[in-house]
Amino acid sequence: MFGWLQKPASETQITHLQRLWLYVFAGVTMALLVLPTLIVIPMSFSDSQYLEFPPRTWSTRWYQHYFGSEEWMEATWTSLKAGFLTMIVATPIGVVAAYGMHASSLRSVRFAFVLLITPMMVPVVLIAIGAFYAYVKLGLLYSITGLVMAHTILALPLVLIVTGSALKSYDMNQELAARSLGAARWRAFLTVTLPQIRFAVVTSALLSFLTSFDEVVIAMFVSGGDNPTLTRNMFNALRDQIDPTIAAISTIMIVVTSLMMVLAQVFGRGAGGK
Amino acid sequence: MVETNADGLRRDEKLERLALFGLASPALLLVLVIMVIPVGWLFYVSFIGADGHFSFENYERMITQKSYARIFAKTFQVSLLTTGLCILIGYPLAYFMAGLPRHIANLCLITVLLPFWTSLLVRTYAWLVLLQKKGLVNSWAISLGLWDEPIKIVHNMTGTLIGMVHIMLPFLILPVYSAMRAIDRDYLKAASNLGAPPARAFWTVFFPLSTPGLFAGALMVFVLCLGFFVTPAVLGGGRVILVSMKIVSNIELFVNWGAASALGVMLLALTVGILWLASRFLRLEQMTGGGH
Repeated sequence: MFGWLQKPASETQITHLQRLWLYVFAGVTMALLVLPTLIVIPMSFSDSQYLEFPPRTWSTRWYQHYFGSEEWMEATWTSLKAGFLTMIVATPIGVVAAYGMHASSLRSVRFAFVLLITPMMVPVVLIAIGAFYAYVKLGLLYSITGLVMAHTILALPLVLIVTGSALKSYDMNQELAARSLGAARWRAFLTVTLPQIRFAVVTSALLSFLTSFDEVVIAMFVSGGDNPTLTRNMFNALRDQIDPTIAAISTIMIVVTSLMMVLAQVFGRGAGGK
Repeated sequence: MVETNADGLRRDEKLERLALFGLASPALLLVLVIMVIPVGWLFYVSFIGADGHFSFENYERMITQKSYARIFAKTFQVSLLTTGLCILIGYPLAYFMAGLPRHIANLCLITVLLPFWTSLLVRTYAWLVLLQKKGLVNSWAISLGLWDEPIKIVHNMTGTLIGMVHIMLPFLILPVYSAMRAIDRDYLKAASNLGAPPARAFWTVFFPLSTPGLFAGALMVFVLCLGFFVTPAVLGGGRVILVSMKIVSNIELFVNWGAASALGVMLLALTVGILWLASRFLRLEQMTGGGH
């Protein structure tokens, strides 16, 4: 029954038995990666202020509180709007930039690429206070426009990396073929290239949405007034005390994220390019 | 001079390349207006003293005031510890997954990708709930007899590290895993054929081949940690003050743009310096493209 333990486990002569520690370690680590987040779901249905697990009495009071609160509802609406707008701004701008930089083999492309992915490396706090200052001057403070612009530059690196790597494995000669048959460049892009990189584009769009929806630090500085985002309100609530309402919101966010992951997989099925 | 067809074609090609490059201009413009110019302005402000004239006082303060030195030391400490723990936990896990058949490995990868996609704030909140005095970790540990009374594992360094390692692990695992997948396993066969015991085959053949991914992942984690704000602010409970938190409090509480800017410039300089040093040893593309 335990004979497999004596069998070699890899290209070297190590046996499964000698590697048992690795299997246990990996199992525990994978559980620790996922479970702490998922445990919030049953806890959010606890009736107690202290979020028991397993809950002694079940209730939906934290959900009622969330859906009944005008403040939380408005913040949710703001976040959804910002996320959606970031998605429809960052995706086309980023895809077009990735395509242009891929097709043009000028030497300055490398420089432009590095510049466009720097928002990923620059500490977000710095971008946040810079944008805060700029928006005071431009009169964009606490506006959705300002928030979306700042979130867009955070989403652009992801769009560029995801779409760029899809373009790398795409054969540009197909577009040349379309053009030699008389299609204009933009038409060749829309009808030949775009359908083949659509999985990357959909992934980019989802990532853009999530980038904006989850973002805290920039939102802390440039959203506020009548338009605070959901994460900004959550963060402020967290700093004060452990508000169980956040558990309910977290559960909803986990469900939404998981749905998006599934969506990305479904859209990806059957798409040639990855 | 007569213009040949070749000249014309060459010129057309050049124009087309420029036009294609122009497609990146909306993105470039946005990054310029929202990030480059404001950060440039912060750089300028960091050299303006309280009296409105040029001065180095914002930088002098960082050297003369002990509290600032402590904040930088703490930031480095947290970043190094997080990176080290991520390597210790993430490398074996990546190694485990890289040895599995692809379809099973993809299932295991979900456990890495799910937290990667889940909101940072939600994950931080989850740890806050689990680690609090009346939380799950304390109550389970007590019922198992690990310790007798609820101990303080959040609102301090321990909690901060637990949360940060959890958040950063995917950034380490993904590049390490893809580097390991690219290793030709026949090298290991060759090594054991030549008489190397498994441990020796691993350390002299496999490990060195996986280092580019490990470097890329560790660098990513370290740089992200340097500027991290949300998780240490929530799980540190005001006891773990990092540079990013000092910047925020300088603006929110003291409205001291000069001090905040100088700290921001230092943080950026550190980040860029580390990336520059690292780029001399590995290519930046490996780091950004290694993920998925």
